[in-house]
Amino acid sequence: MRKFINDPATFVTDYLRGLAAAHPGIIRYDEENRIVVRSDAPVKGKVAVMSGGGSGCEPLHTGFVGPGMLDAACPGQIYTSPVPNQIMAATRAIDGGAGVLQVIKNFSGEVMNFGMAEEILALEDMHVESALVNDDVATKDSAGRRGLGGTLLVEKLAGAAAERSYDVAAVKQIAERVNARVRSFGVGLSSCTPPDRGRPIYDMPADEMDLGIGISGEPGRERVPLRSARDVAGLLVDEVTRDLGPARGARLLVLVNGMGSTPGSELYLLHGEIANALRSRGFNPCRAMVGSYVTALDQFGAALTLLEVDDELIELWDAPVHTAALRWGM
Amino acid sequence: MQQQTGNATQAIDAVALSAWVREFARLIAENRDHLNELDSANGDADHGSNLDRGMAAVLDTLDGEERALPAALLKDVGVTLVDEVGGSSGALYGTIFLRLSGAVGGAETVDDALLAQAFRAAADGVAYRGSVKTGDKTMYDALAPAVDALDNALRAGRSRRCAWEDAARAAEAGRDGTIQMQARKGKSSYVGEKSAGSQDPGATSLALLIRAAASKLD
Repeated sequence: MRKFINDPATFVTDYLRGLAAAHPGIIRYDEENRIVVRSDAPVKGKVAVMSGGGSGCEPLHTGFVGPGMLDAACPGQIYTSPVPNQIMAATRAIDGGAGVLQVIKNFSGEVMNFGMAEEILALEDMHVESALVNDDVATKDSAGRRGLGGTLLVEKLAGAAAERSYDVAAVKQIAERVNARVRSFGVGLSSCTPPDRGRPIYDMPADEMDLGIGISGEPGRERVPLRSARDVAGLLVDEVTRDLGPARGARLLVLVNGMGSTPGSELYLLHGEIANALRSRGFNPCRAMVGSYVTALDQFGAALTLLEVDDELIELWDAPVHTAALRWGM
Repeated sequence: MQQQTGNATQAIDAVALSAWVREFARLIAENRDHLNELDSANGDADHGSNLDRGMAAVLDTLDGEERALPAALLKDVGVTLVDEVGGSSGALYGTIFLRLSGAVGGAETVDDALLAQAFRAAADGVAYRGSVKTGDKTMYDALAPAVDALDNALRAGRSRRCAWEDAARAAEAGRDGTIQMQARKGKSSYVGEKSAGSQDPGATSLALLIRAAASKLD
């Protein structure tokens, strides 16, 4: 196993200590409650935005905690949702009196654990709002579409809205609007290796490609021969735009996301092809983000996320953000 | 001690329930790799590891303090599982024990009828929390038939030992029935038709829970 670990059992804790040590001005790691919180939380009078999910998808969500984005993140075990105790502790830690919005990816475990937390918080007279992210176009007839790359966009845009003093209903409305206009589709070129397993989850020949992967190491919906980057870009664009249905000339924010092991050069190569494919289909790719942001440990692969944006969303996207993994304008 | 005394079975107390939970922990540890392997067919291969970690924490909890009341024991098991296992499995196994706890109330011992009722409440809890029904290829496909079988056997006047044996067999048949199902819930549903042909790991571990009851709640 090609991994830097001490012990699989302490993997998540060990990585979170390192993350906090690298960014002391932005975040703190509350080891007892197993949460990552903005160091100046709670921010009085600001709507707090939080999320959580299984570890292994870094920098999602822990790398997105900081001014302009999340107030807290609840990291679960590898590919396992956080538990109600973490979610409740985070909610209490960031509540600045203006309300809390929980961003929940549509995975059964996350929906159930956030649901249990919400039930218990309600008993304490603590009311939280939640916004579901389900931008996956590969899982129409299953447990529901998963929350994938669109989660990053929801967190950035809702976080920016909260920073601009939107009230909790308005922040939630931004999250819902983003989710309604964002879609993702991913392809995998390999499996990945969870630390406590020590070997890949499944075998995959080097000349094949999984269509419709998620972000927790599950295989795709269909396995096909690997094709050229141009063909893969066309396939990604077709899958996403068929479902999103953007109008001709629509302005699109393009996220070309790596799954963890695919190098940046390949992602940029893919992005070039994707931008061409979008323009040739009459769309206007007006913002781009290329890199490994919503990953599945050491999986090879990439995913395309498209968000149809308007003036307000573009403004919120360009607004300052200062987190471990995203920083601009401040 | 092992003298046969007809149907004069003892009421179930916290000690007996604790023996059941410990037996489940032993079976999970024994089947950890098998459960992971089943989970690798369509999932992320961690069902066995997660449950094993959770049950180890449960054993620590049980070792730490004696509990006189069944409800207290069941609640602590549930809370520990929710907190330690995480994911869908933690929420659903936690829900099972929390609903069992709620259903047995303040009783010092639980008779067969009340325990069957409590298991019914647990199954309903799983259906609610997981939004699942029969045929979705989940743990519910083992739990629901086990609860029915337990109920039916007790109503028919069968002994506790026979009733739990019926329940365990029904859970195992339900588990085997998941092989041909296409998943409609959970991570295995993401692979679509490919999910048919493999046994559901949640139904497999659930069958162990009932098997543990059959061997310890007699």
